[in-house]
Amino acid sequence: MNIRRNIAISENGFIFNPLTGDSFSVNETGLFILQKLKEGETRETIMSTLQEEFELDANSAEIDLNDFLSMLKSYQLTEYEDA
Amino acid sequence: MKPTYERPVIQKLNTGLLNKFGTSTGHNPVRQIEGVAISDLMDQYGSPLFVISEKKIRQTYRRALKAFTMRYPKVQFAWSYKTNYLDAVCSLFHQEGSWAEVVSGFEYRKAVRNGVPGNLIIFNGPDKSAEDLQMAVDNRSLIHIDHFDELFSLIEILQGTEKRARVAIRINMDTGIYPQWDRFGFNYESGEAWNAIMKIVSQQNLELEGLHCHIGTYMLTPGAYAVATQKLCELARATADRTGVKVKYLDLGGGFCSSNTLKGSYLQGADVIPSFDDYAEAIVNTIMHFGFRPEELPLLILETGRALIDEAGYLLGTVLAAKRLSDGRRATILDTGVNILFTSFWYNHRISPAQEFTQHAEEMALYGPLCMNIDCIRESVVLPLLKKGDRVVIHEVGAYNMTQWMQFITLRPNVVMIDTTGKVHLIRKQETIESIVVQECLPDHLKSFNL
Repeated sequence: MNIRRNIAISENGFIFNPLTGDSFSVNETGLFILQKLKEGETRETIMSTLQEEFELDANSAEIDLNDFLSMLKSYQLTEYEDA
Repeated sequence: MKPTYERPVIQKLNTGLLNKFGTSTGHNPVRQIEGVAISDLMDQYGSPLFVISEKKIRQTYRRALKAFTMRYPKVQFAWSYKTNYLDAVCSLFHQEGSWAEVVSGFEYRKAVRNGVPGNLIIFNGPDKSAEDLQMAVDNRSLIHIDHFDELFSLIEILQGTEKRARVAIRINMDTGIYPQWDRFGFNYESGEAWNAIMKIVSQQNLELEGLHCHIGTYMLTPGAYAVATQKLCELARATADRTGVKVKYLDLGGGFCSSNTLKGSYLQGADVIPSFDDYAEAIVNTIMHFGFRPEELPLLILETGRALIDEAGYLLGTVLAAKRLSDGRRATILDTGVNILFTSFWYNHRISPAQEFTQHAEEMALYGPLCMNIDCIRESVVLPLLKKGDRVVIHEVGAYNMTQWMQFITLRPNVVMIDTTGKVHLIRKQETIESIVVQECLPDHLKSFNL
C-alpha cells in the first residue's frame, strides 16, 4: 500500500491532502506508520518494525495496523490498487 | 526501554462545525474510589464490578435531610427500596434514620427481614395481595391505598375483626407537568380522591393517617412540588373541616433528580437539576404558608431514592474489543451491558478511563457484551484510544441498576461497598450457573437425548 505522493505530512502529525483539501491529524504511532509507508515499506515490514519499536505483541500489531490502513484507504490517502 | 505503545489513529479535521462545549479538555483518568485503587478492586473482585461508596451515601443523605430540617420541624425520609434494595444499602439508610418505603410483598418482607419495625414501613404500589395486606395490618404498617379495588379488599379483610389499619391514599393530580402520572392512586381534580377519603373515614376499621402523592420522576421543576403540596394541604384541610379527621402526615413521594444527564438533554445534568434546597424551599414554603396552626403541622415524609444514591454507585468495566463500524466510526465493546446498566436506556452516563492516556481521543459508540442489538451504552462519546483490556469507570449508577438488572445471557457481577474507613466489603456475590439453575425443574422425560 502506497501513500499518494502529493500528501503532505508534517513532523507533528498534521496531514494535508491538496487534491481534496481535507486535513487530518494523527498520533505518534500513526505518524510513525505514515512515514514508513512514505519510505515505501511494506505492510509486513511495518508490522515487525512496530514490534521492535514498541512494547507490542504480534496480534495487536496486525489488528491495529490493518485498521489504520483501512482508514487511510477510506480517507483516500492511498494510491489506487487493483483488487 | 521501549516507548509506550498507543494504537495508531487518524482523524479528519472539520472546520466550521460548532461544538457547544468547545474542544475537549482531556480525559482525566479515575484511578481510585474513596482511596481504593480501581486496579486492586478489579483484580480481587473481577470485572464488571459495582462499587458503592458508603461515605457518599451518608454525605448525600445528610445534605438532603438538612435542606428540609433547617426549614421544617417534622421531616421523615423513607428509603425507596426499589431504587436499591441490597441489604447493605437499606441498612445504611436505616442507620441514618430512614424508614422503609416498599412497593411489593417481596420488598415488604425484605424490610421486615432487615429489622425495620412494621409501623415504620410505608407500603405503596398497586400490587398488594390479601396476604400482604393482612401482614401490613398486623404489623401496623402505613398502607398507601392505590385504587378502590384495594380499598374494598382491605375493608373486606378487616370486616368482623377488631383490627384497625393505618392507611393513606395515593393521589394523582395535575401539577402542570407532562406526563401526568395518573395511573397510580386516586385523581384529585375529578373528585375521586375525595370519594376515597369519604369511604375511608366512614369505616370503623380504617384510620386515615396521611395523604400521599408522587408526581413523577427526575423532576426538573421544583414548582410542580409546590402545586402538589398545595393540593395535599387543601385536601387535608377539607378532610379536617368536614369529617373532623386530622391527617398526621403529608407524603410528597420522590422524583428528585440525580446529576446524571438525560438522553436528549442539551446541557449536562449537573447544570440543570434543582438542588435539595430548591425542592425543600418549594415544598416547605407551601406548607408553612398554608395556614396550619403550629401544633397541627403535619409530618412531612419524603421517599426520594435516585437523588440519594445515584452518585454513590460506580460500575467498573473492561474493554473486550475495539472495532470499526461500516461508516468508519469506532465501536468499543465493554463487558458492561444493558443487562446490568439498565439506566443507560435513558441516561448518557459519564464514563472515564481508569488509566493514563495521551491527549488523543476519538468519537466512538460504546456497546455491551450481549449478542443483542439493543445493547448500547453510549451512541456517541469521545474517549481516549481504548484498547482490549483497558478499564473504564461508569459514573452515577447507584439508582435502579442493582434492582432492574437482568439475568440475561450472562450472570450478574459482584457488588462491593467501600466503608467510611476505606475497607472494602463484598455485599452481593456474583452469580454462578448454580444460582440460576437451582430454580429450574427438568421433567423426567426430557432428562436424556441422543444427538
